[in-house]
Amino acid sequence: MSENLGMVSKITQKRISELLKQDKRIDGRGLNDYRELKVEAGLIERAAGSALVTLGKTKVMVGVKIETGTPYPDTPDNGVLTVNVELVPLASPKFEPGPPKEDAIELARVVDRGIRESQALDLKKLCIVSGKKVFIIFVDIYALDFDGNLFDASTLASIAALKNAKMKDYVIKKDGELEYKANDISLPLQNYPVAISTAKIDDKLVVDPSLGEEIAADAAITVAIGKKGNICAIQKRKVGTFSVDEIIQIINLSKQKAKEIGAMFLKG
Amino acid sequence: MPNKKGVEKLINKKGRRIDGRKFDELRPIKIDVGVLNKANGSAYIEWGKNKILVGVYGPREVHPRHLSKYDKALFRSRYHMAPFSVAERKSPAPSRREHELSKVIRECLEPTIFTELFPRTSIDVFIEVLQAEGGTRCAGITATSVALADAGIPIKDLVVACASGKIDGKIVLDLSDIEDQKGEADMPVAIIPRTGEITLLQMDGIFTQDEFEKALQISIEGCKKINAIQREAIKNKYLVEKASIEPEPEETVNEA
Repeated sequence: MSENLGMVSKITQKRISELLKQDKRIDGRGLNDYRELKVEAGLIERAAGSALVTLGKTKVMVGVKIETGTPYPDTPDNGVLTVNVELVPLASPKFEPGPPKEDAIELARVVDRGIRESQALDLKKLCIVSGKKVFIIFVDIYALDFDGNLFDASTLASIAALKNAKMKDYVIKKDGELEYKANDISLPLQNYPVAISTAKIDDKLVVDPSLGEEIAADAAITVAIGKKGNICAIQKRKVGTFSVDEIIQIINLSKQKAKEIGAMFLKG
Repeated sequence: MPNKKGVEKLINKKGRRIDGRKFDELRPIKIDVGVLNKANGSAYIEWGKNKILVGVYGPREVHPRHLSKYDKALFRSRYHMAPFSVAERKSPAPSRREHELSKVIRECLEPTIFTELFPRTSIDVFIEVLQAEGGTRCAGITATSVALADAGIPIKDLVVACASGKIDGKIVLDLSDIEDQKGEADMPVAIIPRTGEITLLQMDGIFTQDEFEKALQISIEGCKKINAIQREAIKNKYLVEKASIEPEPEETVNEA
């Protein structure tokens, strides 16, 4: 049940906290500055869609695979979205092989919520035969190099990979079987949520925490923002608290950052 | 539980919810303290149709030992649903949801516990949902905090949780199961009443900023009401014990 974040010396954590008293960050950023962000889509040809997001020194790769299967009984007319996270051991000395642990499960569920609740994917359009056959969209998140803030990088990589995804166009025959055509079509995306994480260190709020900052933080929160600046998912993390004023401040900042990032990487 | 297909609207023309509640009305809540024999502290909460039992063990020796911390107690929590607690049988193996909830519940309660007083020990919380009707994590948190107090573990304050959300476009307090499923947004909130700090905040669905701020406000109001029930429950237990320590001599004579 460790915090599973990684290793950063106590002296670095102390330095982070001391610098913040003067509103400075250890990597020279301002409190509201995001790290350099790069999105590369379509690197994995075998996947239906893929994206590699580089956020500072954090790297996350997402691959999308599309299969057919049966829908959940309570949503017979909806396609299925499955989000899974692998914190692979090469990414951090703290990541161990084996089935996903708490941290990976939480990360996957928060990314899932951002995509699902913003209705980014129109699941109704992924139904083939009601109650019998639907498309299943697998979003597999692979943390390749961990230097903090996997939540934002994973959400961005997932949306970029879904946007990149292509499947063969099809017609549904009378017996419910699919007949594929030659041309490709995109997935029915209708919203592009962006997750923004903020950490609280002593009484300072910093956006896009690096690994050292995540470890030094008392509390952290991730807010996913969809169309029109609507809030579609929130998750407060770590042992620590926020005041109501801090929460409102974070929501405002998240909306602004999400708009900037969305405009840069997800439009068009 | 009302038939899913039969439910068209979550709010009727008179502005009442399916179970007859007003927008800012809580379901009935009842908390019993010290209901388990072996646990160091325990509580049982009935919140609407939710029935949840919480046991606290510790401070005790850490098992496995290598997890122990030299400067504070290790605080662990396990949220678990009984197979018969929901409409369709739930596999007893912990689901991804239960893993996540165990984590957020732990992180939500730990800031109130003086773990530094019990180095090299563990404090273990077990939350068993016997019946679920929406809002089990909030009920679980509320009961766990009472059970920690019952165990005599020093805490800064009770943690109290209550969800708010959006159904049929209206912001309402304390979503039931069907309101959570059919509604537009659900937001569990936990606070430390004495300081007003927010110690758990989750949300899924769609909120505008105004709706979010309103929902946060009514959740906090709801939490304050539930906090009074928590305090009353602990006080009641304390009073019962006091009476049993001092039996009246005349009564014993009569019984003999």
